[in-house]
Amino acid sequence: MGMMKIPMIVHEPDFMIHGVLKMNIFGQELWITDTTIGSWIITAVLLPIGVYARGKLKTATASDVPGAFQSALEMGLEALENMAQGILGGNARKFVNYIGTIFLFILFCNLSGLFGLRAPTADYGVTFLLGMFTFFIVNYQGLKNRGFGHFTSLFQPIPILFPINLIGEVANPISISLRLFANLLSGVIIMGLWYGMMPWFAKIGIPAALHVYCDLFSGCIQTYVFCMLTMVYISDKME
Amino acid sequence: MNINGQDFIYGCSAIGAGLAMIAGIGPGVGQGIAAGQGAAAVGRNPGAKSDITSTMLLGQAVAETTGLYGLVVAIILMFVKPFPASM
Repeated sequence: MGMMKIPMIVHEPDFMIHGVLKMNIFGQELWITDTTIGSWIITAVLLPIGVYARGKLKTATASDVPGAFQSALEMGLEALENMAQGILGGNARKFVNYIGTIFLFILFCNLSGLFGLRAPTADYGVTFLLGMFTFFIVNYQGLKNRGFGHFTSLFQPIPILFPINLIGEVANPISISLRLFANLLSGVIIMGLWYGMMPWFAKIGIPAALHVYCDLFSGCIQTYVFCMLTMVYISDKME
Repeated sequence: MNINGQDFIYGCSAIGAGLAMIAGIGPGVGQGIAAGQGAAAVGRNPGAKSDITSTMLLGQAVAETTGLYGLVVAIILMFVKPFPASM
């Protein structure tokens, strides 16, 4: 971007991923970027909460009165289980751990834009990995439940549809990862343009409304959609 | 004003990015239809409002995907600059 000189812009809007630390491992350049640090921070926030919540629910008995934290925890868990139950039915218990994990991670990543981090999910490296997780889980379930029928199902209903079925299978992880990535990236770009190019008086109050749409609304919806679609893909392979 | 090959390629990339965003029409129409049908469904059956809303949002988010592909293409053309000048 260095060679573009546009005099109207006060300073260049900034929404790129920045490298923080460069390492050389086995002759390969390896960068610690904003994304890496953001996901470390999110992990560091999530882990203690998770361990504490687990202890809280493990030791809870039927007789004691639950506090605010435990009530919120139980409500959240119940909502998650209902969501999984609605799509996966009887198999929900096997997947609710994984779905809950990625739900919390993606949600905290998406909301981290509110706290001044660059959302880690606005990096295709992160979302592609999440999409590949979905891809491997879906195909493992397909192999486990159908055996060899997992491959012959590509030739259903008539063999000539094989290329289309194959593309349909391979496109799933790409489409869910690109959806999450592009939604978050568009939010990051809009916020970066607004903060970078607007005069000072436009930065009072108005960014709050943009944050509500780009970070809160879009982030929550996309988290829900990612988990929902993962479960839909899994339930396709269960019968 | 001198325009060399690099500038010409950047200009064409910007035009291409603008054209790629025509893809935004499709999701707009699709999401509008989904929202309209959702409103009609809530009008017929107000009891199922939460189910209808979640189904509508899921469908809209899926319908949005094609527009987002256009956005990704536009962003790649604008910022990644996939076409070097030394052609």
